[in-house]
Amino acid sequence: MTLSVDVRKRQGAFQLDVAFEAPDGVTALFGRSGSGKTSLVNAVAGLAAPDNGRVAVQGETLFDARAGHSVPVHARRIGYVFQEARLFPHLDVRRNLLYGRRARGLSGEGALDHVAELLGIAPLLARRPGALSGGEAQRVAIGRALLSEPRLLLMDEPLAALDAPRKNEILPYLERLRAETGLPILYVSHNLSEVARLATHIVVLEEGRVLKSGSAEALLSDPSLVHVMGLREAGAVLTAEVAGHEADGLTELRISGGRLYLPRIDAAEGARLRVRILAQDVIVATERPENISALNVLPATVRAIRRGEGPGVIAQLQVGEDAILARITQRSAETLALSEGTACFAVMKSVAVSPTDVSQGLRREA
Amino acid sequence: METLGPEAWQAVRLSLKVAFWATLAAMPLGIAVAYLLARVRFPGRGLLNGLVHLPLILPPVVTGYLLLLGFGRQGPIGAALHELFGITLAFRWTGAALAAGIMAFPLLVRAIRLAIEAVDPKLEEAAATLGASRMRVFATVTLPLILPGVIAGAILAFAKAMGEFGATITFVSNIPGETQTIPSAIYAFLQVPGGEGAAMTLVVISLAIAMAALFLSEWLARRVAARVAGR
Repeated sequence: MTLSVDVRKRQGAFQLDVAFEAPDGVTALFGRSGSGKTSLVNAVAGLAAPDNGRVAVQGETLFDARAGHSVPVHARRIGYVFQEARLFPHLDVRRNLLYGRRARGLSGEGALDHVAELLGIAPLLARRPGALSGGEAQRVAIGRALLSEPRLLLMDEPLAALDAPRKNEILPYLERLRAETGLPILYVSHNLSEVARLATHIVVLEEGRVLKSGSAEALLSDPSLVHVMGLREAGAVLTAEVAGHEADGLTELRISGGRLYLPRIDAAEGARLRVRILAQDVIVATERPENISALNVLPATVRAIRRGEGPGVIAQLQVGEDAILARITQRSAETLALSEGTACFAVMKSVAVSPTDVSQGLRREA
Repeated sequence: METLGPEAWQAVRLSLKVAFWATLAAMPLGIAVAYLLARVRFPGRGLLNGLVHLPLILPPVVTGYLLLLGFGRQGPIGAALHELFGITLAFRWTGAALAAGIMAFPLLVRAIRLAIEAVDPKLEEAAATLGASRMRVFATVTLPLILPGVIAGAILAFAKAMGEFGATITFVSNIPGETQTIPSAIYAFLQVPGGEGAAMTLVVISLAIAMAALFLSEWLARRVAARVAGR
């Protein structure tokens, strides 16, 4: 395991009591604000000491309360990208980027060029932090952390302080980062669309405890987590491959359960993608609908139905090897007599999938 | 106004020398104390803060007398310094520098402390995660950001040291050429008939130095704000 955490910390009335292991890839720490996410990453970074427990990265123990052992922050080799960029105001972008390399005695220029290219910050090198936009500053902060050659990168809500266009400007860079560096990342967020786009593994925190931990595909399609994810935000991800682009502006994707037509996606044929399908955008039919405008009608099987307090239910549907969620009314579920094992069709409008819900740069599974 | 006589010139030169060494010697300790007060929580912090500010409140003559008791030839520290290193402070210009340094210390610490408090500790945290040790963080992040504040404090301290009178005259007396600084010389000129002219010249010089120091330190303090904002 890349990262192994088992820590407890009391902060006033709040009790953090968390144990999880994170494999390689991007592990998202997901939870509402106040669920203890930042305390947890600070404990991993060494910025705050837990009351007891243990933290280990790639087999090296960084903190062990019982042994009285704690590696100081600067010796942990853990990069940290904060919510605010925290660039050094007295240094230009180039010297900000090289700060960690100088501190660790690493030589510079080749790595600098590579990271500057990866993050699209090469034109900014001579600027002062005060002359950067929020999105540019955050990309520089990411580059600065990468260049210190960490063995693990912590990102604490790195996009939360940015507006939507800036977020969408940075997300593709994070996807490239995931695809090209293979650096393990612990990504803290309370934004499900970011998590769905970036995470390969998810740890769900609630009130200082781990509610559930597992692969992104499994957790995003878990109906029991919908109350944490939020009804309007809940949605599963489908792994897809670009089959072709059509003349009328649609892109055809291959998924395990059939074919998906979406508005044109800017990716090469054969590219692997991940598509987030919001539960509230999925219609369930027990017979194949004819003469319907929705282009995507996929054969499915009901795997679970979960009732909440309101008039709605969440149905988990098996589509090929993947699972998706559908949010429908209890009345519809009763009318259609949906229960575990019912054969049905999942109906999805092409235009319901936003381009920001399509994730690129996935590594092929080993 | 008379032109400056040799005695008055001597006083100006001596004042500059005393103030320069007083400021230079107080600087490292001033930065260390300011950092402690601004960034570290420790028992006795309030006491240290009080001790630093004491010379500002205490009658200068009391500070001078305490220095005489401690650092005079018969005093415990003074006797030890004399025996071990052959250093004598009482009635020497070095003693004037010590008195001036102690009187200027609160101003120095105050200016540096304000500058340190204006530096976001989050920047220092970020530097640590990038692999910088505490010393390196201080040298490469904190110090460059507070530099204008340090210089502002040094200028204030220098001006204060130039004008120190009470503690100096009590500790090292008023010996022309050895311990007679500008204020002591003004005092001496005013004691003799016809000395007002020379005294007035020195008064004007003091005023000019003090005003210049205040303006310069104000300007540098504003530079701190701009620097921390990354402009």
